[in-house]
Amino acid sequence: MADDRLFDPKALAELKEAEARWSGGPVKKTLERFPEQKKEYKLTSGVEVQRLYTPLDIAGQDYLEDLGFPGEYPFTRGVQPTMFRGRYWTMRQYAGFGSAEETNARFKYLLEHGQTGLSVAFDLPTQIGYDSDHPLAEGEVGKVGVAIDSLEDVETLFAGIPLDKVSTSMTINAPAAILLAMYQAVGEKQGIPARALNGTIQNDILKEYAARGTYIFPPKPSMRLVTDIFAYCAKEMPEWNTISISGYHIREAGATAVQEVAFTLANGIAYVQAALDAGLDVDSFGPRLSFFFNSHLDFLEEVAKFRAARRLWARIMKERFGAKNPRSWMLRFHTQTAGVTLTAQQPDNNIVRVAWQALAAVLGGTQSLHTNSRDEALALPAEDSVRIALRTQQLIAYESGAADTIDPLGGSYYIEGLTDRIEQEAGRYIEKIDAMGGAPAAIERGFVQAEIQDSAYRYQLDVESGERVIVGVNKFQVEEKEPRGLLRVDPEVAVRQNGKLARLKARRDGAAVAGRLETLERTARGKENLMPAIYECVKVYATLGEISDVLRKVFGEYRGSTAL
Amino acid sequence: MLEETKVRVLVAKPGLDGHDRGAKVIARALRDAGMEVIYTGLRQTPGQIAEAALQEDVDVVGLSSLSGAHKHLFPRVVEALRAKGLGDVVVICGGIIPAEDVPELKRAGVAEVFGPGTPTAAVAEFIRREVGAKKGFGAGR
Repeated sequence: MADDRLFDPKALAELKEAEARWSGGPVKKTLERFPEQKKEYKLTSGVEVQRLYTPLDIAGQDYLEDLGFPGEYPFTRGVQPTMFRGRYWTMRQYAGFGSAEETNARFKYLLEHGQTGLSVAFDLPTQIGYDSDHPLAEGEVGKVGVAIDSLEDVETLFAGIPLDKVSTSMTINAPAAILLAMYQAVGEKQGIPARALNGTIQNDILKEYAARGTYIFPPKPSMRLVTDIFAYCAKEMPEWNTISISGYHIREAGATAVQEVAFTLANGIAYVQAALDAGLDVDSFGPRLSFFFNSHLDFLEEVAKFRAARRLWARIMKERFGAKNPRSWMLRFHTQTAGVTLTAQQPDNNIVRVAWQALAAVLGGTQSLHTNSRDEALALPAEDSVRIALRTQQLIAYESGAADTIDPLGGSYYIEGLTDRIEQEAGRYIEKIDAMGGAPAAIERGFVQAEIQDSAYRYQLDVESGERVIVGVNKFQVEEKEPRGLLRVDPEVAVRQNGKLARLKARRDGAAVAGRLETLERTARGKENLMPAIYECVKVYATLGEISDVLRKVFGEYRGSTAL
Repeated sequence: MLEETKVRVLVAKPGLDGHDRGAKVIARALRDAGMEVIYTGLRQTPGQIAEAALQEDVDVVGLSSLSGAHKHLFPRVVEALRAKGLGDVVVICGGIIPAEDVPELKRAGVAEVFGPGTPTAAVAEFIRREVGAKKGFGAGR
């Protein structure tokens, strides 16, 4: 239905007539002489892209109801009243490799170069709850992130970095409670109370089953860990973002923009529902939920996606869950540029891809941003590549002017039309998932995974048929020399890490460790919040592996699917 | 004319890496190219992969890792296969593998390394050639 206040029905009727004349006249004539380059223009989401968008495409929009003002429901145009005029987004480069010492040095390097927040990458053994000396950790220690075995390593990781001066994001999921406890303990040692700590744990286990793969426990106890963290932080760490509900990895695994929004918000709904079922009040944890999205190649689709996600979540929290606090309605999000779009061929081209993906995130109103480095299809990023990636954000902030006014693409017929469309399509997916019994059930039956895999395969077929051009890969190729200066993780890191671990175990109070692990086991078998017991364990230097093993013993382990 | 038996391929994820988009895309492409494809799922040890290769009687094992653990893990898979008498199984791999690691992997017994951006058709063609050469023309297994 047309919004008569903004669009005069008579003017729209005239416009419609004029458009028909244009399509039937000049366009038709041109097409007869010069056919368009593609038979059909489509977004990754399958949505058709029209030749032209006009007020006719957004005549159904009601400005106040559908867009509103920045900082006000439904937040389509942004979550703060002044957005980047008040403060730029947090420039937060995901970093970590080798030992805590090496990563601490990289953190300091990034902070010196103007980064405004930290983001910790952990190695896979840490993410899956194994100490560095575990047989399954062989070959993986320190590779994709920093190796953490105990509080001692986290102390080293943040040595010389005052935790009341930075915010820290930690990409940790299954063992999120353990790393959060370690962070709190480091804060305590620095004399900073838990309530002053600012940061985020990813803590989004559902997308691990669906797309990312670092699960440990089955869904039910995993959801308990998530909601225990919500409850604990509501009391102890009110500034902490208790979860970062992540579409990023869903997109990286192959999902379309619509699927990214739909599956992420469906997971969000599941977490809210689980917390309500655990007896929490929606406004006690709602304001601390945060999100994490991908910024992919289709520049305008991405801008519209961020806006659509914001509006859809606001409506879900207000209408579906009855949240009263406006902060519970806000979808605040971190963005990372799309790793999957980086090419190993002509890697310097990636600098340009990352730049427009980052710009899309800024125009989409992101709260923080990671820009990928040009060499990430080849190895972990080298220092000079990371600097270019950070500079890309600074160039956008300080030179492009894109941050000077709020939601500058708002009102574009295309952007608004697409925002509506993405919201609708994602809403349809969410209804489908609701009908299956919610995200956990949809993941358990493999629906989400199959949808993602189908999209990934379609994308690949489009690349191989040449329908989708990837510059330097299937068009404009050149003979290339082997790239130089790639970062290599020191292979001795595992040896050193294991030595450190052995010395720690010899030095610490073994009886205290055993006692507190026992208490943890009892707590896990009962119903009480797990966080205090975990905190007690980490303070006496029980290791991440030991704590995870206790929980494995009580909760069991999840086995992934082998479906294709 | 003899009926051609299908080439059997095991696609495996050794180590702790959870990035399986590439592995699954390759698996589907090889299946569409007429091969029988089995996927191990995540977090497989070299021993488990060799055991699955034996059970499934495969001609090819495709390994994928994006975590940087390839130099450690891939040679161990080759060793585990040999220990089970599967030395003639063709081992290929992909992932984030720096060019300078390729010679070492090949010395360890990996037949080919396919980097990011490789068309899946190139992988299928390589498999047909290698398996054909090993088993005689026309025979898939």
